[in-house]
Amino acid sequence: MTTQGTLDAASRALLKRAAPGRAAFEDLVVVPVFAVIVALVLGALTMLATDVDLPTIGRSYVALLVGAVGSLNAISETLTAAIPLVLAGLGLALGFRAGLFNIGAEGQLLMGGIAAVIVGFSLPGLPFALLMPLCLLAGALVGALYASIAGWLRAATGAHEVISTIMLNLISYRLLDYILRLPTVQLSGRADPISKPVPLNAALPRLLDWIDPNLRLHAGVFLMLAAVAVVYWLLFRTKLGFEFRASGENPDAARYAGIRAGWVIVLAMAIAGALAGLAGASQVLGVLGRATPGFSAGIGFDAIAVALLGRSHPVGVLLAGLLFGALEAGGRQMQVDAGVSIDLIGIIQALIIVFIAAPLLVRAIFPWGFRRHGSEENRP
Amino acid sequence: MQVELKGITKRFGPVVANRDVTLSVKGGEVLGLLGENGAGKSTLMNVLCGLYAQDEGEIIIDGDPVSFGGPGAAIAAGIGMVHQHFMLVPVFTVAENVVLGVEPTGRLDRLDLASARAKVTEIGEKYGLHVDPDEVIENLPVGVQQRVEIIKVLFRSADLVILDEPTAVLTPQEVEEFFGIVRSLRDAGKAIIFITHKLGEITEIADRISVLRAGEIVGEADPKTARLEDLAQMMVGRPVSFDVDKPPLEAGAPILAVQDLVVLREDDAVAVDRVSLTVRSGEIVGLAGVQGNGQTELIEALTGLRMPAAGTITYQGADITRATVRVRHRMGIAHIPEDRQRSGMIGAFTVAENMVLDTYYDDRFSRGPQIIWPKVHEQAAISATEFDVRTPSVFLRAGHLSGGNQQKLVVARELSRETKLVIAAQPTRGLDVGSVEYIHRRLVEARQEGDGVLIMSSELDEILALSDRILVMFKGRIVAEFDATAAAFDKSAIGLAMAGGAGAEVAA
Ligand SMILES: Nc1ncnc2c1ncn2[C@@H]1O[C@H](COP(=O)(O)OP(=O)(O)OP(=O)(O)O)[C@@H](O)[C@H]1O
Ligand SMILES: [Mg+2]
Repeated sequence: MTTQGTLDAASRALLKRAAPGRAAFEDLVVVPVFAVIVALVLGALTMLATDVDLPTIGRSYVALLVGAVGSLNAISETLTAAIPLVLAGLGLALGFRAGLFNIGAEGQLLMGGIAAVIVGFSLPGLPFALLMPLCLLAGALVGALYASIAGWLRAATGAHEVISTIMLNLISYRLLDYILRLPTVQLSGRADPISKPVPLNAALPRLLDWIDPNLRLHAGVFLMLAAVAVVYWLLFRTKLGFEFRASGENPDAARYAGIRAGWVIVLAMAIAGALAGLAGASQVLGVLGRATPGFSAGIGFDAIAVALLGRSHPVGVLLAGLLFGALEAGGRQMQVDAGVSIDLIGIIQALIIVFIAAPLLVRAIFPWGFRRHGSEENRP
Repeated sequence: MQVELKGITKRFGPVVANRDVTLSVKGGEVLGLLGENGAGKSTLMNVLCGLYAQDEGEIIIDGDPVSFGGPGAAIAAGIGMVHQHFMLVPVFTVAENVVLGVEPTGRLDRLDLASARAKVTEIGEKYGLHVDPDEVIENLPVGVQQRVEIIKVLFRSADLVILDEPTAVLTPQEVEEFFGIVRSLRDAGKAIIFITHKLGEITEIADRISVLRAGEIVGEADPKTARLEDLAQMMVGRPVSFDVDKPPLEAGAPILAVQDLVVLREDDAVAVDRVSLTVRSGEIVGLAGVQGNGQTELIEALTGLRMPAAGTITYQGADITRATVRVRHRMGIAHIPEDRQRSGMIGAFTVAENMVLDTYYDDRFSRGPQIIWPKVHEQAAISATEFDVRTPSVFLRAGHLSGGNQQKLVVARELSRETKLVIAAQPTRGLDVGSVEYIHRRLVEARQEGDGVLIMSSELDEILALSDRILVMFKGRIVAEFDATAAAFDKSAIGLAMAGGAGAEVAA
């Protein structure tokens, strides 16, 4: 049977969008803002408890702010730190949307990064316009392949991706050590594991060095913004994104709708890995200039927090990544100016996550910021 | 106990789900609550059990106005609710589910399951709610799960028991047992509010009837004297026909032919045992049988969700035994799944997204890798209007629709695309009489346009009304076939075959 209908007045009325509700606003704005505030307050209490006096606490928070956004250099540092966090966070967010809890960004990032370095110093003769994109591509591809292992294991055998990506992280550390000692990779004349440098025509160019050579902001920031747009497009505008989201929300209904779960799992993991690989590549090509053991510095794990904080939404991930970048840049300043340990930043970041993850807790602390119970949220 | 609702109004944004509703119920009586899909019955009950806060009005218990800060307060006040969609933990046992949230504890906060078990048995004996406290929920049929929900409510010593469409998921036999339970609760002095769309049930069990329409009380009726036609008219505001108008059968070539199909369950037990059947163009075939006799597995095999162990499925001359779900969809097989919430829709998606859940890849809705959302929204609006899915907008989360409107959404999606074969499992579960009438008409229309239609329903009356031919399944086999060409079906013979009795194999 075939059905054609027409768009009459009654159906046209259904095309009106409701204004974003109060609940959505509370969820997306009020909770994160309060979470940051509570985390900062608790951070201050932690400092008090460790015998830091009040003026120092005041100074350290001023330093945090100044170090994050107080100068051109601060902003440059904040953005530089945000780039890999956002890239990897986007990949993780995409996985979350598809119902995959990928812990493996760290390993995918390392593998992608080293691949970019190797392609870079192996083909020094190529022009910049060719070599730099080629290095990024290598990073993305290798990251994707490395993540696909976990995806394939899940799809083919049901092995849970949390376990397999953790294992793959551990393997990646050792694998990197091994690669860095290969004669073709190791910087000649060095005994410690360190790679040859990335040639200049493979590097992501610095953007602000004409103002001050110390400004580290590099072209990866465009990559980051493009990735936000692409992931948004992929998730919300394409058939594939629809399949990802459907599988993540209700795998049963997705199966009934003819969406193949195995395909979705492998593909979502691969794309997440590609983004983590890009994060690694942009880090070595734009900031570090070479690969060393553990050059990822935990970015792959921080990215999990960024993806969660960003509610697995590309724009949210961008904002969360910028916040974490700011905390990192500001944290360094805080250490310099006030002599407060950088670990405190870690504590504050962790507290923010805790409060974001527990919106009920935030609601309980700030009852006046929210509508009373009975909102649309608690419908069975 | 006397509970009164006075002037209750509840809004969801621009939608007014309840408007100035006044209602009362007292101990020892059953209040039947009728109303079309989306009338606001579930919402009103959610206000009463403390899940929603009303915008206006008050709740009065035994003369005192009360204010619930949440479900906990309502439970403490003696109000318990069995929801339209169950809320049990599938991997927990009956006893564990019953005590969840109010666990009896011994010394050092140790969970005292023994006393919970004893209490479950005690409640069971008192009200005829027999269930094994140690059985795991997911192994229980829906009818028994429902008893667990009721025990849960009684365990919290409720004096008012709210039952939201409890019979929608029950087989006719289970409904009879269920009514026995309701009567014993009433005789024990409990107040009961009972929601259903089946008018025959409400006149049988209720002492009083109130009717909601568009959020307002539109009238009361006396179950002893009320005519079903009047109740239906009161609910939907227009006369409703209970008979299906069906032109005589003009069956064409076979569309679906199944040969010696064997389907196994997860535990390798045989669910479908060498079944052969044919569905012809222009014919409605009804699949009758007590739930759990292999109908579900048969339909899963026909739709590609479960690979058969042996046998063949031929569709329009092509062998589709091993074809994927997607391929079958593309070939024109529509499937209305049995359980809308679990497998028919995605609650977190919008109405529009759900409308294209299995057609988004179609050329109508996509270009290259992209979905053309404006087209999707337009089609969703058209289908929603056509099938009377009550929603303020196609951008509403489908999970926020009323139960019946969720069902209409699923049916609308499946019947709004090009089909040659419609496989419908419980197509009208949870629908009001008006919507049932409409969906039945659409299924007959599909038949008139030359589709083959296969209907599975636990409601024998529905199968009787729609089918040209009825197949009865028992223990995985088709044990009887009844033809409607000559006269009306022999209801008692069908019932006998469903129970595996003598009518099997010989009847015709
Ligand atoms: N959380 C919500 N957000 C927005 N609208 C809602 C929400 N809950 C209910 N509604 C709307 O309120 C109206 C009443 O819904 P309700 O579930 O009470 O209907 P019902 O009478 O129980 O119908 P049914 O017989 O189909 O179960 C519907 O139009 C529904 O879309
Ligand atoms: Mg309802």
